[in-house]
Amino acid sequence: MSMNQLMPALPEIVLACTCMTLLMLGVFRGDSSTRSVSWISVLALVVVGVVLTSVQSGRMVAFGGQFIVDDFGHFMKWLIIIGSSLAIIMSINFNEQERIARFEYPVLILFATLGMFMMVSANDLISLYVGLELQSLALYVVAAFRRDSLKSSEAGLKYFVLGALSSGMLLYGCSLIYGFAGTTSFEGLATLFKGLGGTGPSVGLVVGLVFLIAGLAFKISAVPFHMWTPDVYEGAPTPVTAFFAVAPKIAAIALFIRVLTGPFGVLIAEWQQVIILISIASMVLGALAAIWQDNIKRLLAYSSIGHMGYALIGLAAGTEAGVRGILVYMAIYLAMNVGTFCCVLAMRRTGRMVEGISDLAGLSRNQPMLALALAILMFSMAGIPPLAGFFGKLYIFLAAIESGLYALAIVGVLASVIGAYYYLRIIKVMYFDEPAEAFDRTISREVKVILVGTTLFVTFFIIRPDIIVGGAGTAARMLLAG
Amino acid sequence: MSDFPILSLVTFLPLVGALAILIIRGDDEVVARNARATALWTSLITFFLSLMLWTGFDRKSAAFQFVEKNPWIESFGINYHMGVDGISVLFVLLSTLLTPICVLASWDAIKVRVREYMIAFLVLETLMVGMFCALDFVLFYIFFEGVLIPMFLIIGVWGGQRRVYAAFKFFLYTLTGSVLMLLAILAIYLHAGTTDLPTLLKYALPSNIQYWLWLAFFASFAVKVPMWPVHTWLPDAHVEAPTAGSVILAGVLLKMGAYGFLRFSVPMLPVATDFFTPMVFTLSIIAVIYTSLVALVQLDMKKLIAYSSVAHMGFVTLGIFTLNQQGVTGAIYQMLSHGIVSAALFLCVGVIYDRMHTREIARYGGLAERMPVYAFFFMVFMLASVGLPGTSGFVGEILVLVGLFQVSTWAATLAATGVILGAAYMLWLYRRVIFGKLTKDDLKSIMDMNRREVAVFTPLLVLTILMGVYPGPFLEIIEVSVANLVDQHKSAMAAVEALSVVGR
Repeated sequence: MSMNQLMPALPEIVLACTCMTLLMLGVFRGDSSTRSVSWISVLALVVVGVVLTSVQSGRMVAFGGQFIVDDFGHFMKWLIIIGSSLAIIMSINFNEQERIARFEYPVLILFATLGMFMMVSANDLISLYVGLELQSLALYVVAAFRRDSLKSSEAGLKYFVLGALSSGMLLYGCSLIYGFAGTTSFEGLATLFKGLGGTGPSVGLVVGLVFLIAGLAFKISAVPFHMWTPDVYEGAPTPVTAFFAVAPKIAAIALFIRVLTGPFGVLIAEWQQVIILISIASMVLGALAAIWQDNIKRLLAYSSIGHMGYALIGLAAGTEAGVRGILVYMAIYLAMNVGTFCCVLAMRRTGRMVEGISDLAGLSRNQPMLALALAILMFSMAGIPPLAGFFGKLYIFLAAIESGLYALAIVGVLASVIGAYYYLRIIKVMYFDEPAEAFDRTISREVKVILVGTTLFVTFFIIRPDIIVGGAGTAARMLLAG
Repeated sequence: MSDFPILSLVTFLPLVGALAILIIRGDDEVVARNARATALWTSLITFFLSLMLWTGFDRKSAAFQFVEKNPWIESFGINYHMGVDGISVLFVLLSTLLTPICVLASWDAIKVRVREYMIAFLVLETLMVGMFCALDFVLFYIFFEGVLIPMFLIIGVWGGQRRVYAAFKFFLYTLTGSVLMLLAILAIYLHAGTTDLPTLLKYALPSNIQYWLWLAFFASFAVKVPMWPVHTWLPDAHVEAPTAGSVILAGVLLKMGAYGFLRFSVPMLPVATDFFTPMVFTLSIIAVIYTSLVALVQLDMKKLIAYSSVAHMGFVTLGIFTLNQQGVTGAIYQMLSHGIVSAALFLCVGVIYDRMHTREIARYGGLAERMPVYAFFFMVFMLASVGLPGTSGFVGEILVLVGLFQVSTWAATLAATGVILGAAYMLWLYRRVIFGKLTKDDLKSIMDMNRREVAVFTPLLVLTILMGVYPGPFLEIIEVSVANLVDQHKSAMAAVEALSVVGR
């Protein structure tokens, strides 16, 4: 294989080399190197981003068609880079305070990121599975990163058992598809399905597809495969939760889009119903179940289930507008969630984390700026204009209406009203209730910068939405043209 | 003059003021004082700037004026498009007039978190003015729904006992209606390929989808107006909101729904408007009579005025859907009048609430002895609310009734009973609070209005009388645009009928 063929995968190669180097560095220097390893990891991610941008854009395949690079992948990889690097930065001080600072943490995140890159670029059922597992294995470990905490270990174990189950389902689906189609390549599958003409696909293929969807739905924690989410969110250390909430979701949804609109694009009649069902269930459950939560991390878990439901509306539409909607939605989702988790990190009293929603009581008097930022983020999550969250929903619903999915759109907006209730509840606790004891002011400068940055993004997205929307449009067009 | 972005300036100047307040530093007392002053000056300058709209407005043209158009979301062809016509320009002025009055009215009443309070009001002003100026559907929607955020906080933070309940009810009720409208907006965009209002006003949507779109708009606007039976959030919100919150709520926010009907439902969906007119009439008449009766039995002053607002807005919706010159003009005039009068009435309640901290009617009586100035102001506004000739309330009501009479005698007759009931509950309220013997001990030391309070009421009083005895200048602005609206509706209906004749 010539160097030229490796070029499309250059960002992944750089990332993989950095991972291994940092692993060595950590092993030799011990835990005292955590801080430097963390910052080098962030730097490495930035470098990967630069490489990613400099790699010639356009559609390219490598490794015998296993690996694909296009604008869609670029867009998603950028979001993943941002999510991963912010998660590392957020963890540095936190892990030190919690005495769980180990060099493995940033390295594991980098490995997970590599897995996500593979998922985004997968062009074959085999590379899909490899990427997914690389990501998942790293995630299982970070979920249980606070080894001495029962909750964290439980979260890791739960995530591992259920994750393994879903991987099994996904693999089973892949093997069924391979068995009935005779190929694992996305291009091969696409040609095969296009050739089917009027006769539908065989039952085996449809069953395989359903298993595949179930496996992927688990990864984005869509209902009915969401059970692990609240427990893992609650148990995992907060920066890990922040990471779980964004990067793996972005990668999984990218994979979801690539598989369903790519090789299975012509079979939309077979999978659209399933996606609509998952989407409605996620939106409704996400909105209703969150109402009774007292723990902010559990609440955010249900909130993310709901958000995935909205993203899936775009997928159900199965059109360019739908994909564009998802891309915009995920970009905004990333900013909102990272910002919110920064606020959760600031919830610390007498040296210990507190996670109850009632602990936020009267925050607007104790720390008005923190309360303002969280309020902006919550209004945005609820999708109230003029904040960014509104635009995310706008493009999603536009796609739904365009594809004639009126019922889905109506259920979606009504669920968003129910969802607004629990976001408002957080604002109510912060602004309307009598102040509780103040939080420690130990929030690190980096976290503050991230919080301010994401909040400003959410607030001022309205001024030039085209920056994101335009990029998402190009990416979506390329994906569906290919 | 034509290049001067006056509308953007009026819209966003309050936001600049809000940012300035945000960066004030110092201890609480200093911050509070500076926040008040900044808010007052910003809103006053905004008001004087907005007077340029009054002087510069071309009264002979029905077209949009002071238009600004800049590309915004280019990938969707959505523009930052602002402009006003005879229907909206007076509402802009109403908003900019009421904001400084609100700031003044809360000068002493608000003692905690003054900074946040003033920011909320200035942001609210930006959103209100922007909503009346927006000439793009998406832009309109953003302003329309954005209003919920500051209003939610105003009710929830500075409100009364059950403020949390009221704030949530207000927010969720209005949000439910709005999101359905959002879907309708998207459907129109996909159909017509644009969200530009002037273009859409000329675009004929197919009749079969008009009904669904109309209902989606109705869901949003009817909650905002509010129409019976979705009015229940209003009494709660009014009772719990601080005085200035009620003023803005009654003065401007309620007008947003009716404005929506005028701006979107009627001109863009003529067939559906025609079809649903009987329903609107029925609901409005129920609103007028039923809520007037409910107002009669209220024990809480604010609640009484809140119910009277629902009744008055019933007149407005009746007027709009008469779809003739008198009715629509009357509806707009009634909205302006109600914006001033009900705002003033809530301020009147605020004056004695600040002194006695109760709104219960039974706790008052005989105030005329100690508070003659207050009694005078209250009387004028009370009579204006009743619709006494010579006050602004009369002009709007008589025009609506004249317009309504041409369309439906029955509707007009029933609506007219609302006027009588209105007189009954308002006069009775006035008698119980102001007249009689001053027997309650704690009232014996009550002070009359101070100079600041008089300053708050004077402009409203002048306007009430002026609009009552000399409505010419105001009607002149409204007339041409309304004539255009009515003509458009007629020609649209004629076109549809011609089509159906051919179809036969």
